[in-house]
Parts: sequence; structure tokens; C-alpha cells
Amino acid sequence: MDTMTVAAGATLTPERAEQRLREGFPGAPLRRQEGAAVRDHTLIVPADHLVEICTFLRDDPEMDFAILSWVGGVDYLPRQPRFEVVYHLLSIAHHCRLVLKVELPEENPQVPTVSGVWPTANWHERETYDFYGIQFTGHPDLTRILLPEAWVGWPLRKDSPLGYQEVAFTHNTPERTVPDPDLKKLAPKKVKYRAH
Amino acid sequence: MTLNMGPQHPSTHGVLRVVLELDGETVVKAKPIIGYLHTGMEKQAEYKTYTQSIPQTDRMDYLAPMSNNLALCLAAEKLLDIEAPARVQAIRVLLTELTRISAHCVWLGTHALDIGAMTVFFYCFREREKVLSIYDMVCGARMTASYFRVGGLASDIPLGLLDKCETFVDEMPAHTDEYEALLTKNPIWLARTREVAPLSRRDALALGATGPTLRGSGVKWDLRKDLPYCGYDTYDFEVPVGQNGDAYDRYQVRVQEIRQATRIAKQAIERIRAMGEQGEYRLRDYKYVLPAKEEVKTSMEALIHHFKIVAHGFFPPVGEAYAAIEAPKGELGFYFVSDGTPRPWRMKVRSPSFVNLQTLPTMVEGRLVADVITAIGSLDIVLGEIDR
Repeated sequence: MDTMTVAAGATLTPERAEQRLREGFPGAPLRRQEGAAVRDHTLIVPADHLVEICTFLRDDPEMDFAILSWVGGVDYLPRQPRFEVVYHLLSIAHHCRLVLKVELPEENPQVPTVSGVWPTANWHERETYDFYGIQFTGHPDLTRILLPEAWVGWPLRKDSPLGYQEVAFTHNTPERTVPDPDLKKLAPKKVKYRAH
Repeated sequence: MTLNMGPQHPSTHGVLRVVLELDGETVVKAKPIIGYLHTGMEKQAEYKTYTQSIPQTDRMDYLAPMSNNLALCLAAEKLLDIEAPARVQAIRVLLTELTRISAHCVWLGTHALDIGAMTVFFYCFREREKVLSIYDMVCGARMTASYFRVGGLASDIPLGLLDKCETFVDEMPAHTDEYEALLTKNPIWLARTREVAPLSRRDALALGATGPTLRGSGVKWDLRKDLPYCGYDTYDFEVPVGQNGDAYDRYQVRVQEIRQATRIAKQAIERIRAMGEQGEYRLRDYKYVLPAKEEVKTSMEALIHHFKIVAHGFFPPVGEAYAAIEAPKGELGFYFVSDGTPRPWRMKVRSPSFVNLQTLPTMVEGRLVADVITAIGSLDIVLGEIDR
């Protein structure tokens, strides 16, 4: 039977993957994300090297990241660079996960698509575009996926507060208008003191 | 001809819409259109504490609420760097395996119903009902369980639960034989599923399929075995794998998974018995987990912790974590970004149905329109989880 089995001892660590990437791409500024509570090994890669790094990680037999687990966006308003696109890679041959991140500026956030490397990225990138308005250049079909096509705005951005969306059906409440979002009032309250 | 299928169509298992371009009876192009059930759960989670998001997850894959609860709790526990006690782990394993049985029962019943075998549906729902009554006994709800908490469980399991589970687990193999007697060698079933909706190993990997969809295509990958959580590496079970990647292989994989799930559940029951029918059901780390009610009544410290966790929620460190489990449908994962406040800065759900549905065009293009129904059924999708 043609099943994939894992040879004993053929384990890959994310540290090894990082080392191979540094050797393979000496020109690309790779950065490991700092922080004690960053629980997965995370590398911040430049957007213009993303596709070649991903192709290398997929094709190199020692890496063999055959599955792109998911792609998602994060909005770090008011930090600059504001957006991040997160790629969770999975090597089923070596039982290893690796996280890649691309930082994107507030103005015109765009990143090349990896749907040519892993076709599964197609929908994940559409979802990220749908939620954050991040452009994936070269994507075959970059349209809204979960929200209606005519939706205006990027709902998961932090300056798009909850509860102030345009109401789709107003035939029975014609007087209903959409108030201006008061960001300060709507943002989740920060608690000043800590429990420990 | 362009044919619109859904979103109100009984065989799309919810509100899936597929636009089919047909040439006679052959599908030239299929385009799934989703989003009809989108409720913005990821956005809402940013306005809730971690614990408040647990009831939301019940509504994602509403056929496997306990699995969703578990994935969220494990991600939060990874972020906090805590681990639930061994007894809690065993209870979680028991309940999620029962969930797997019930989710697969619903899948088998509806999938067979789509293809025209009605009897199986009644048999499967008979067993699912028993799992739902176990849920009812555990947490008072039949479908929206919300039973797991970060660091433990909402309450201890009731007395008599293990007996009830054991009776169910003991009779389940015989019921699985009944399903198999109806289908496995049934010529109509074979004609409708063999070599129908095939997915090659290569395509399955490229499209990111997980769970029985990936295993049906011959890839032996199960997070319970390969990246274990909740102590699954200490349980004795096998991972069924298909060969051809057709609808029949996915059927075989899921039916065998029901058998393996009963095996795991049986072992979990023994372990819980060994650790006591009543006992520790929460981590005693009161920064993150509510103290027991009895302690709140006698200890000032516990009262303060209780009040603070109820009023604010717990404060995770600044950081991020992703944890995934093998849900009945595949890899279900939660990704949290924390800014140090009791509410997540970002919650991302990696739902298996969303990714698995992407394989649909590959399965049906160039094949008959009637096989689209088989393909959707054999993918085992739940739209609540796809649209979130």
C-alpha cells in the first residue's frame, strides 16, 4: 500500500529549518519573533522573498512542508507596520510545524500569493483579503469569500468596530441610520491593574 | 449549461451553494460559494474573554461541540503554558471520542440518505441520540455543550455517567456491524461510491485536506498519533487509511474510525475509574482557573480569585499560540494573539471543513452531476464551521 510512513529519527526541528533558510537565502533578512509567550517557532520573512522561501520549504527533502495548514491576517493597529499575514506550515513527513510571518504597512498592504506553491492558500488568502483588505498579488481569484460581494469595508480591521455595520434589510425600520463609530467608546475596555 | 445548486438544497448539508457548468450530464466546472452562514465569530471573539468564546465554538461544528471546546481550551492552555490534570485529560478524551462517534453517525446517516439508502439514517440517529443523552447528563445541553474550560471542566462528571458510557461503548461495535451489513457489500452502495469523487494523494496534500478526507487518499496522518495532545500517545488504537481516495474509501475510513473511537473511549473509561468517579476536575491554578465553590465559601483568597476571574477573566502573557486537534472532520485549530488583556487581540479558527471543501472541484470536474451529491456527502462538511 502506498501510504506515507515516517522513518524513525527523521525528525526536523524548526530551529534546523531556520538554519537551512539562513544558509539558503543569505540575502533575505530573516528574523525570529521574540517573546517568551510566542509558543510556536515564528520567522518574520520579507514579502519579496516569500514565494521562493515557501517553494524551498515545500520541495527540499529535508524540510518537506507538504501542507500549508492555514493563512490568516492580524491587525496590530496602531503599531507600524500595521498588518501581519501568518502562514502555518506543516511537515507531515517530519512531524514539524513552522510559522512564517510577513509584515505589511498600513498603506497599500500587499504580498505575493503562495497559491502557486500550495493551492490550498487560495481560499485562505481570499478570506484574509475579505477580512483585512490585504492584496495578494498574482492570486487567481481574489474576491470576497465569506462576506457578500457588495460589502463595503474590512470587518476584522481594528478600526471597524463591532455592531456598527450597515443593516442589510431595513424595509421595516426605515428610520434606522448607521451612526458614526465612536472608536474610543466601542473599543474593549482595558483593565488598568493585573491579577498577578 | 450553468446549474445553480443550493444554497437551499437538502443534499448540500446546510447552506452550501455550488455553481455547476455542465456539458450534458458531465460537470465541466464546479465553484463552491460559501458565506451564507457567516456570523463573524472571529470578530466577536475579540470583544469577549477567552471563556466567553467557548459557547460560540459550539455553534461552529454543531455536530461535534465538545471537539470545538477542546480545541479552544488547548490553544488557551498553550498560551498560558498550563496543562490540565490527568483525570481531566481522560474525561476530555472520553467525551471527544463519543463526539467523534456521534458526528460520524450523522455523517453516515445523511450521506447514505443522499445516495438513497434511507434505513441507515434511522439506525445512525438511534445511536447519536444516546450520545446526546450522555451530553445532557454531563452538562445539561444536548448539542451546545460548552463543557470544557481552560484548565479543566465546567463541573465534575455526574455519578453514573461512566456506567452509561460503558453500556454505550460496549454495544457500539454491534451497531457498527449493522451499518456495515447494510452498506459495505451493498451493490448499489458500491456502484454509487466506488471510484466516485476520487482525490489523489498529491491533490489532497496540495489542497491541504486533513482528517478522513486525507486518510482516505492514503496518507497516514492523524494528529492524535503524530502530534499527540491530551495524552493520546498513551492510548492503544489504530489509524485506518484508504488506498484509492474515492468516496468508498472515505466511508471505510470513517466507519473504522467509529470502531477505533469505541476502543479509545473504553480505555478512557477505565482510566477515569482508576482515578475516581468523582475527583479533580480543574487545575488548581487560581490565576487562570476558577476555584471550587466549596473553597470560595471558606477561603478569602479563593473568593478574591473567583471574583477577579468572573469579573475580568484571566490575564494571559503577551504572545501567541496555535493548537490543533484531530476533530471528526480533520485538523481543527485555534490561533490566539494576546496583548496581555483578558480578551484575545485576535482569534483565528482553522476549520477542517473550510479547507476540505476546497477539494470539491477536483473531485467532481469531468464527472457526472449525480456524483456531486456523493462528493459533498463524502467530504463531511458542516457549514457552521466553514462560514464561522
